[in-house]
Amino acid sequence: MLMRGVIVLLWCGAWAASGASELRFCLRIDPKTFNPLLAEDESETTVRYLTGGVLIRLNRYTQELEGELATQWKVSENGRRIDFELRHGVRFSDGAPFTCQDVAHTMQQLMDPALHTPVADPLRSAPGDVETKCAGPFTATVRFPGPVANLAAQFDQVAIISATSPHKESAVLGPFELGEYKPGAYVLLRRNPNYWKRDANGHALPYLDSLRLEIQQNRELELLRFRRGELDIINKLDPEMYDRLSAEMPRAVVDAGPSLDWETIFFNQVDSAPLPEYKRRWFHSGDFRRAISEGIRRDDIVRIVYHGHAHAAAGPVSVANRFWLNPALKPASGSEGTAMSLLEHGGFRRVGTTLVDGAGHKVEFSMITNAGNKLHERMLALIQQDLARLGIQLNVVVLDFPSLIERISRTFNYEAVLMAWANIDLDPSQQMNIWLSSAANHQWNPNEKTAATPWEAEIDKLMRAQNASQDPKKRKAYFDQVQQIVADQAPMLFLVNPNALAAVSPSVKNAAPAVLSPQIIWNADRLQLGGTLVSER
Amino acid sequence: MSRGINPMRTIALAVLAIAMAASLGAGLLARHSYAEQFRDAISAPPSAQFWLGTDELGRDRFARLLYGTRVSLVLAPCAALLSTLIAGLIGGAAGYLGGRWERIVTAGVDLFLSLPWLFLLLAVRALLPLNASPVTSVAITFLLLGCLGWAAPARIIRAGTRTLVNSDYLVQASANGISRWRLFWRHLLPNLRPILLAQFWLSVPLFILSEANLGLLGLGVSEPLPSWGAMLRELENYSAVLKNPWMLAPAVLLVVIVSCLQLLLRTEEGAPC
Repeated sequence: MLMRGVIVLLWCGAWAASGASELRFCLRIDPKTFNPLLAEDESETTVRYLTGGVLIRLNRYTQELEGELATQWKVSENGRRIDFELRHGVRFSDGAPFTCQDVAHTMQQLMDPALHTPVADPLRSAPGDVETKCAGPFTATVRFPGPVANLAAQFDQVAIISATSPHKESAVLGPFELGEYKPGAYVLLRRNPNYWKRDANGHALPYLDSLRLEIQQNRELELLRFRRGELDIINKLDPEMYDRLSAEMPRAVVDAGPSLDWETIFFNQVDSAPLPEYKRRWFHSGDFRRAISEGIRRDDIVRIVYHGHAHAAAGPVSVANRFWLNPALKPASGSEGTAMSLLEHGGFRRVGTTLVDGAGHKVEFSMITNAGNKLHERMLALIQQDLARLGIQLNVVVLDFPSLIERISRTFNYEAVLMAWANIDLDPSQQMNIWLSSAANHQWNPNEKTAATPWEAEIDKLMRAQNASQDPKKRKAYFDQVQQIVADQAPMLFLVNPNALAAVSPSVKNAAPAVLSPQIIWNADRLQLGGTLVSER
Repeated sequence: MSRGINPMRTIALAVLAIAMAASLGAGLLARHSYAEQFRDAISAPPSAQFWLGTDELGRDRFARLLYGTRVSLVLAPCAALLSTLIAGLIGGAAGYLGGRWERIVTAGVDLFLSLPWLFLLLAVRALLPLNASPVTSVAITFLLLGCLGWAAPARIIRAGTRTLVNSDYLVQASANGISRWRLFWRHLLPNLRPILLAQFWLSVPLFILSEANLGLLGLGVSEPLPSWGAMLRELENYSAVLKNPWMLAPAVLLVVIVSCLQLLLRTEEGAPC
C-alpha cells in the first residue's frame, strides 16, 4: 500500500515536472525593465503584452480595435478627448480592485517627462498637460492638449498600473504575472489568478499555467531545441531555417504571409556628408534613385534570398496593412530598359560596359550593411549583378552594427545603405519620425531645419494633415499621396516585405499566427498544450 | 649531412604545388566566372556544366573554389611573411639588445597579446575607405592579419635570440672584438633561421583559418570575390550539407592544405640546418 502511494506520488511529481501546461519560447535578449511604461525593445514589449492589461487592444489577427478593460470608448473634440466606460469587477493580480483611479494614475505616470518613455511620444501632440478625470469609479475621461492621431489605438500600448497596490508594477491586469526572472537564463510568467477573461464556456483564462521565456540569442540553438521538443514556439524564423524545419516537421511551420517589416536602401543626401560633389549630385537626382530602384530585380530577391517567403515591396506600406496600402502602387519592374531610360534622362550614358555621368565620372558607389546578416549579404550580391547590367560598379561593404550606425547617424560617411526596418504599427502616424523632414529618423537627410526639397515639404504637409485629422478616409487620402510621392522620388527604395515565419509545436492548440507582433502569442490567454486538461476554474 | 628525401614532405609539396598551380590557372580551368550568377540554376548539383554544382546564388562552385584558393593561398603566405618579419625585427632586437629594451618589448608584447585582436581588427576594418575594390579589400584584410599577428612569434624569437646571445660561441666571438653588426648578420641571423621558418610556416595556416573565421563573421573578403572563409559559411546550413556533400569541397581542401603546411613545418623542424 505504501509502495503504491510512493508510485502515485512519483508519477504525480513526474507529471508536474514535465511542465505539461508550461509554454516555452525564446527571447533574444534580457528585458532591461519590467515596468510596462518603460518597455521599449522586443523582449520588454513581449513581457508587457503578456502581463499588462490595456483599455483597448488591437486584435493582431483581425487588425480591429477591441475593448478590453474598457467596455466602450468614444473619441471626440477632434482627437483631443477620449471617454472610457470601464469594466466592472476586475482585479489586479494581487487582488486590488481596478477603477478609474488606476487609469488616472497610469496616465499621470506615463506623461511624466522625467520617465522618458517612448510609449508617451505619440500622445504628446502639443505642449501642455494631459488631464484624466473620473466621473465615477468606472468612467474615465482623458483630455490631451492637442489632437492625437489614431487616439484609441494608442491605448493598445498603455498597460494600466495600480494606483493603490503596494506591489506597484508587479500587480498586473494581463493574463500572466511575473513569477521569476534569472538574468541571462529565463523569465517565468505565471498565470494571473485574477485575470478577468473567460472563454465561451465560462472557463477562466488563461488555459496555460505558465510561460517560460528563455533568453537565447543563438538562432541555431533555438531551432535545435525546438526540434528536440524543448521549445514550443519560435517567432520570426529566417527563410533558410523555415525550409529546413519544413522538410523535417512540415506540420510545425507557419508562413503567416507578408509582415509589416521593410528591407530598404537609401542614399546619403546629407549636405555636410564627406562625399565628392559629383556623387552628391547623383544621390540628389530622383532619376538616378528611381533608375537604381527599377534596375533591382525584386522577384529574384524574393525567390533566391527569401526562398519565396517575402513579397516585393512597392512602398512604405506592406500588403499586410490592408487599410493603409495604396493599391495604385506597383513594385519596380526590374527592367534594364526602364532603368537605362531614367539614367539617360538624368544625364548618364554608357561608355562600353561602364556607366558615366555627364562629366565623365564612372558610376561606382559603395553600399554598406550589417555583418552577420546572410540575407543582406545575398541581397547585395544580387543587387551588385543587377546594377552591373546597367554599367554600375557596386562595392559591397559589410560593417559591424555599431560602426554602421555611427556612419549613418553621426559621421554620415557612407554612400548607400541596405537596412531592415521592423514595424509594429499599422497606423502611419507611427511613421512621422521617418517622413517628417525635421525628424531624426528621416534617414537619408535627418534633422533638416527646413525641408530641403519641394517634395519633402509636400510630404511634411501631408503627414501633418493626416496626423491632425480624425477622419479615416481623409487620413487615408493624405497618406496615399505620401506613398505616391515616395514612389516617384524614391528617397528610400523599398525592396521586399519579408513574410512572418514561425514554428509552432503541433502540441500547441488554438494557435492562430498573425503577421503583427507578437505573432503567435498574441492570443496567449487562449493557447493550450496538447494533453493539458482545461481545469474547471 | 645532406637532407634525405622525405616522402611525406614530397607529397605535401606536390599537393601544395598542384593547388597553387590550379588556383593560378583558374582562368583556364574554370568554365565560368566566379561572380556570374545563373539565377535559374541556384543550388544545382554537380553536372558537366558545373563540376561542383552551384551555390545559393547560382554561382559556379568550382570556379569559386579555384579563385578562393588563389586568394587564400597567395595572400596567407604574404601575411605570414609580414608578421614573421615584424616579429623577427622586434623579438630579435629585444633579445639581442637585452636589458631595458628587452623588458619594454616583453611588456609591449604581453599587452598586445592581451588585446582582443578580433575587435581591433573589426574596428580597423570599419575605418577603411568604403570604395575599396574587393581585391584591395582582401589585400587589406590579410595585411591587417599580418600586422596584428606578430606578437606571439616575437616572444618566441626573443627567447631564441636570448639563448643564442648567451651561447658560448657568440660570447667568444664578441670577446674577440667582432663588431655588433657582423655578429648579428654573420652569426646570429643564420642560427635564428629555423625559428623564423617555423614561425612562418605556423603563421600560414593560422592566417588562412583567421580569414575563414572572419568570413564566418561576414567580415572577410567582400562580395563577389570568393575565399575559403566565404565558402565555408555555406556549411552553417548543415541539413543542406547532408543532402549536397559536394558543399564540403572547400572544407576538405582547407584541411588538406593546412595538413600539408603542418607536414612541411614538421619536416622543417625535424631537419638539421
